[in-house]
Amino acid sequence: MKLNIMIVGVGGQGSLLASKLLGRLLINEGKDVKVSEVHGMSQRGGSVVTYVRSGEKVYSPIIDKGEADFIVSFEKLEAARYVDYLKPNGKIIVNSQEIDPMPVICGTCEYPKSILDELSAKGVDIDCIDALSPAIEAGSAKAVNIVLMGKLSNYLSIEKEKWLEAIEQSVAPKFVEMNKKAFEFGRAYK
Amino acid sequence: MKKLMLGNEAVARGLLEAGCSVVSSYPGTPSTEITEYAAKYDEIYCEWAPNEKVACEVAFGASLAGARSACCMKHVGLNVAADPLFTMSYTGVNGGLVICVADDPGMHSSQNEQDSRHYAIASKIPMLEPADSQEAKDFTKTAFELSEQFDTPVLLRMCTRIAHSQCSVEMLEPAKAVKKEYVKNPQKFIMAPANAIRRHPVVEKRTADLIAFAETSPLNRIEEGTDKSLGIITSGTCYDYVKEVFGDTVSVFKLGLVNPLPVEKIKTFAASVERVVVIEELDPVIETHCKALGIKVDGKNIFSICGEFSQKIIADAFGIKTNSFTENSAPIPVRPPVMCAGCPHRGLFYVLSKNKYTVLGDIGCYTLGSAAPLNAIDSVLCMGASVSGLHGFNKANQTENKTVCVIGDSTFMHSGMTGLANIAYNGTNSTVIIVDNSITGMTGHQQNPTTGYNIKGDPATKIDLEALCKALGINRVRVVDPYDLKETEKVIKEETAVSEPSVIISRRPCALLKSVKAKPALIIDPDKCRSCKACMRIGCPAISMKNSKAVIDSTLCVGCGVCEQLCAFSAIGGTK
Repeated sequence: MKLNIMIVGVGGQGSLLASKLLGRLLINEGKDVKVSEVHGMSQRGGSVVTYVRSGEKVYSPIIDKGEADFIVSFEKLEAARYVDYLKPNGKIIVNSQEIDPMPVICGTCEYPKSILDELSAKGVDIDCIDALSPAIEAGSAKAVNIVLMGKLSNYLSIEKEKWLEAIEQSVAPKFVEMNKKAFEFGRAYK
Repeated sequence: MKKLMLGNEAVARGLLEAGCSVVSSYPGTPSTEITEYAAKYDEIYCEWAPNEKVACEVAFGASLAGARSACCMKHVGLNVAADPLFTMSYTGVNGGLVICVADDPGMHSSQNEQDSRHYAIASKIPMLEPADSQEAKDFTKTAFELSEQFDTPVLLRMCTRIAHSQCSVEMLEPAKAVKKEYVKNPQKFIMAPANAIRRHPVVEKRTADLIAFAETSPLNRIEEGTDKSLGIITSGTCYDYVKEVFGDTVSVFKLGLVNPLPVEKIKTFAASVERVVVIEELDPVIETHCKALGIKVDGKNIFSICGEFSQKIIADAFGIKTNSFTENSAPIPVRPPVMCAGCPHRGLFYVLSKNKYTVLGDIGCYTLGSAAPLNAIDSVLCMGASVSGLHGFNKANQTENKTVCVIGDSTFMHSGMTGLANIAYNGTNSTVIIVDNSITGMTGHQQNPTTGYNIKGDPATKIDLEALCKALGINRVRVVDPYDLKETEKVIKEETAVSEPSVIISRRPCALLKSVKAKPALIIDPDKCRSCKACMRIGCPAISMKNSKAVIDSTLCVGCGVCEQLCAFSAIGGTK
């Protein structure tokens, strides 16, 4: 079965590690996998998108509008920005953090605070969690990415041990325990 | 053994497996990682050259000496390397020579959307185009074989989606680098008219041979479908989108060798289906070829010349139904890339913007000085154009003294030096500002001739920018710290006022360099803050307004102190 996961966020939030983890996990499952990243300009605080696709055979490296089974967003506004990529009956997992983009900082527009509520009202399945607090509790604010992966793991039929194994293979040895803890916090998040 | 690899990493692996032993490149998104990955292999000598022309000529020299060699660049880099490229086509090679060029359809991080296939056609050099990481590796190796078999440099065309997508790659044992003997051969390698006249027919014969090769090579593959009403001719990433939409239903002619194109094989394919559609990003290169053969095809009449494609764009063009989706009803504020908190360029652009200078900009992180709220840049064209352009601007506009140019350290070494020599030689009162952040920033921190380190991070000769500018005929060369706004402003005013050319080196290492230690984050005293927003004029991502008071995000702030200098109420200061 094909699986399309989009990871979106703000440059510097750690989406590349999350996509690396997912890629490793799905390869370990014996799937054909493509992971498409964005480099260059968008690393500098811009909007960042990564596509992770798996299946028996994956051709296109990208996910298009209406195709994502899951959108994992590191920031609220970014979840809304890419909502049109979500499949009918797809799910958005979003970190409740708000990071002002430059037009908001400059005062030319307001941060649309109620944007996710408006999307929920339209029937979009949104799971909004505070991933920052558990990340800090696990040992680093940077572990937001792995907390979100923990949350995502509840919706994929892949055993927990496989996720932990993929974490071991994806992060530097000294960060493995911290990231495993972050993963558990995310997985248990209610 | 299989490994998930970026297309660029796969090319590097291909270089290793092919026994390539010399790689010279200039960084440029989306090509940069090829050379970075190759540099991790001890078997390959790798370097960052000052520009693509130099890199291409280094690769040529290594090939001449008998080694398999390569150079890598982004599409606009091939413009810089075009001079050696066209004549290397005439000389041919000794050791195999591969030029990797990465196009950027959709302009994710480029100043134009040029299609490198035109260079292959114009220079009469064969070009391969992979459609995934496995092919990126395989085609790199094939490129070396073709290079030696047909005595020609070979172009390997990547694009953003192939370069920056990971997929599974089967790794093989590296070949041992074999160096061919160097034998002096002036008729082949000295391209003076008498020899070049004899080489041109050799090139034409080679193209004819390559076309014959293209007719039967498995690089050009026909995948027969069950449905004969439609046949699609495509290559590279478009092949992936086509297969995503159609699977195995329609017939697909996948081209791996995109120059020269086969003739008979295309005719045969076209005859086997009712309708032929060419699907290619950017220019109608394959389409034009088909039409010249008298084959009726659809192409750019249904697909755009501009931008990237996707599976949905292709499905829509054929009226194939795709999933519905929910759209936002309210507009979402854009989130453009910004200069990082603590970026040394910020202070300089603030001063230029405040004093309403006309600024000719260049290619690098500092191009972001053009964005709001600084809006400090008037033009950006190509690598080095700010310096030469400033001279022209000032020749046309001699009365005014409020125009400067801004160019980075790496870009200055790439193409700014010659423009500066012109300023000195042909005399304008131009003020050139070199923003020296001790690294090639935009492409992700590569070393360059002014940093004192090579691609491996080992110490290397450090070119002294002050001495270089003086040697190029500029007597007035001054250095400022862009974190010091007053001093920066004073020096710019002084240098633009003098009646001779000058260089200001705005020097401060990139705040993201590991060697740069951040100072403690600053804080804003809410009791002193008068909400005047003066600190927000510099567009620092760490500063925002919360409950009508400016606040600093302590996770982003590196304590550069630029905002502190703007606060008239001394509200900004060190941590308590």
